[in-house]
Amino acid sequence: METIVTGVLLGGTYALIAIGLTLQYGVARIMNLANGETFVAACFIAFWLFTSYAINPLWGILVIAPVAFLVNWAIYALLLRPLVDRAKSQGMLEVDSILATFGLLFLFQGLMLRGFGGAYTSYTFLAERFDIFGTFYGLNRVVAFGAACVIAVLLYLFLYRTRYGTAVRAVAVNPNSAKLVGIDVAKAAALSFALGGALTACGGTLLSTFYTFNASMGVIFTMKALIIVIMGGVGDVRGAVIAALILGIAETAVARLVDPGLTLAATYALFVFVLLFRPQGIFGRQQA
Amino acid sequence: MTRLSPSEIWTGIAGAVAVAAAATLPLFDQGYYLSLALNMVMYAALCTAWTLFSGPTHYVSLATAAFFGLGTYAVGLGLDYVPFGALVLIGGVVAAILAGLVGAATLRISGVYFVIFTFGLAELVRQIVSYTQIKLSTKMGLYVFTDFTEKHIYWMLLALTAVIFLTGWLINRSRLGFAMQIIGNDETVARHSGIDTAKLKIILFMISGAFIGMAGAILAPRYAYIEPPAAFNPMISFLVVIMALLGGTRRLWGPLVGVIPFSLVMEFVSARLPNDTSIVIGIAFLVIVYVLPDGITGRLEQLWARLKKTRAEPQPVPVEERA
Repeated sequence: METIVTGVLLGGTYALIAIGLTLQYGVARIMNLANGETFVAACFIAFWLFTSYAINPLWGILVIAPVAFLVNWAIYALLLRPLVDRAKSQGMLEVDSILATFGLLFLFQGLMLRGFGGAYTSYTFLAERFDIFGTFYGLNRVVAFGAACVIAVLLYLFLYRTRYGTAVRAVAVNPNSAKLVGIDVAKAAALSFALGGALTACGGTLLSTFYTFNASMGVIFTMKALIIVIMGGVGDVRGAVIAALILGIAETAVARLVDPGLTLAATYALFVFVLLFRPQGIFGRQQA
Repeated sequence: MTRLSPSEIWTGIAGAVAVAAAATLPLFDQGYYLSLALNMVMYAALCTAWTLFSGPTHYVSLATAAFFGLGTYAVGLGLDYVPFGALVLIGGVVAAILAGLVGAATLRISGVYFVIFTFGLAELVRQIVSYTQIKLSTKMGLYVFTDFTEKHIYWMLLALTAVIFLTGWLINRSRLGFAMQIIGNDETVARHSGIDTAKLKIILFMISGAFIGMAGAILAPRYAYIEPPAAFNPMISFLVVIMALLGGTRRLWGPLVGVIPFSLVMEFVSARLPNDTSIVIGIAFLVIVYVLPDGITGRLEQLWARLKKTRAEPQPVPVEERA
């Protein structure tokens, strides 16, 4: 029980970065391997705001998310849009975007190593006990999970209750048909890419309240997010949430019961399982 | 098998001369330059082996470090019991088996899954190796003591590189190579003409992986002490991708053109700017995507084609005759 609760609390933050990635890949069709760097940058900015200006990370999100939105918008418009325009096929775009975002990954990682150093960093925020079903958990984890839920609900309302959200979902299903019904696909793609970056940054900010982070760990989170996205089905927000919770629980269980050094092996076991049996994702429909 | 064309014979002779010339290097210097040349031959072998698979399929494989590390570990574990030559082969076989498993899981579906899977593969194998090592024995690393010096390793790697080139050339002449060309151009067409695309891709990935594993095995004596983080260093995977793509993967010898300059760049970076390695690698990726999408050889071919065109153009317009 304790394992499940801890896993779910961790899965909440995973869900945000995975939703960010699924929006970027599912709608903007860019496999953004530098997504983890947005995540880690958000951790460091939250840390900096908290230690230098005593700004509560939950309020910090209100600053960090818009900044991440603008930065990701700029990355998409300046660097990735030209690749989309020159690509002759989806396959070419995939190779190009993977290589370009690898470049960004290393560039940002190098810059962050320069700026913040390679040391592990953390800060103390809401380190109090919180009682769930008779066991105590860190209040910061619970608060982070609650905040993640609020953000996910806001996103859900945006995607399923507004015109813009409907346009974004239409592009995810089929960009060419979306064009036919008068949707500005380029704009929707840029919007989702930026939104994905903002969500990832929210995840990073929340994680930083209870997790020790360093400048070179972005890759690991990208990896986890990628696996969650594939498990949940590309472009499927609900699937990503469920998959994130499953991954959180599986990881916590393996770390507790087997060996903390094997968390990646646990993630990969899930990944192989999904690839072999449900490559279209949990909720995905079999393609004709 | 078709007969050899004159240009193929000349390329073969030129290649043999180049290998022979490179093999004399240890006679002149056994210090810094040999060590530098050893790095270059290592990446030449790895990049050419990488290109065997990733060139025609356009699948970016990041599994290099995993295969390389397995080869290194095969030597580290078996050196006391099995002769070195056999261990190199075993390293190749083990890597090929891993490649087959990875290929079977991912190459039947879209290419993105393959990239993602290989992305974390080295780290996964490292975790498993560390875990079993801690469980089965108390020490973290393995010692590799041999009589080999750098020049022996250099010669062995040079020979391996020559074998990889030969294999690549044979594959290109074979039905497998022809099928890969069709798959690379249009996979749907390939499937409709009755090619078992998944099977061929897996076979090619296994060949490529085997050579990378053998390179890792040959290099094991150079490290003398092997431990998981060094043997499965993910940086190797990324450097191989950069060098191969920088040179260009359309020709078998394309990667060589990238290996030589970028080895020098990395040599400079690790000596002068050791903390900014990631920044340099990041910039290299961006340069490849935005400036040299077909690599240096691709760009040269483009220029060559343009040059030929401008030279050829004025001729077919004889103005006097028309009048």
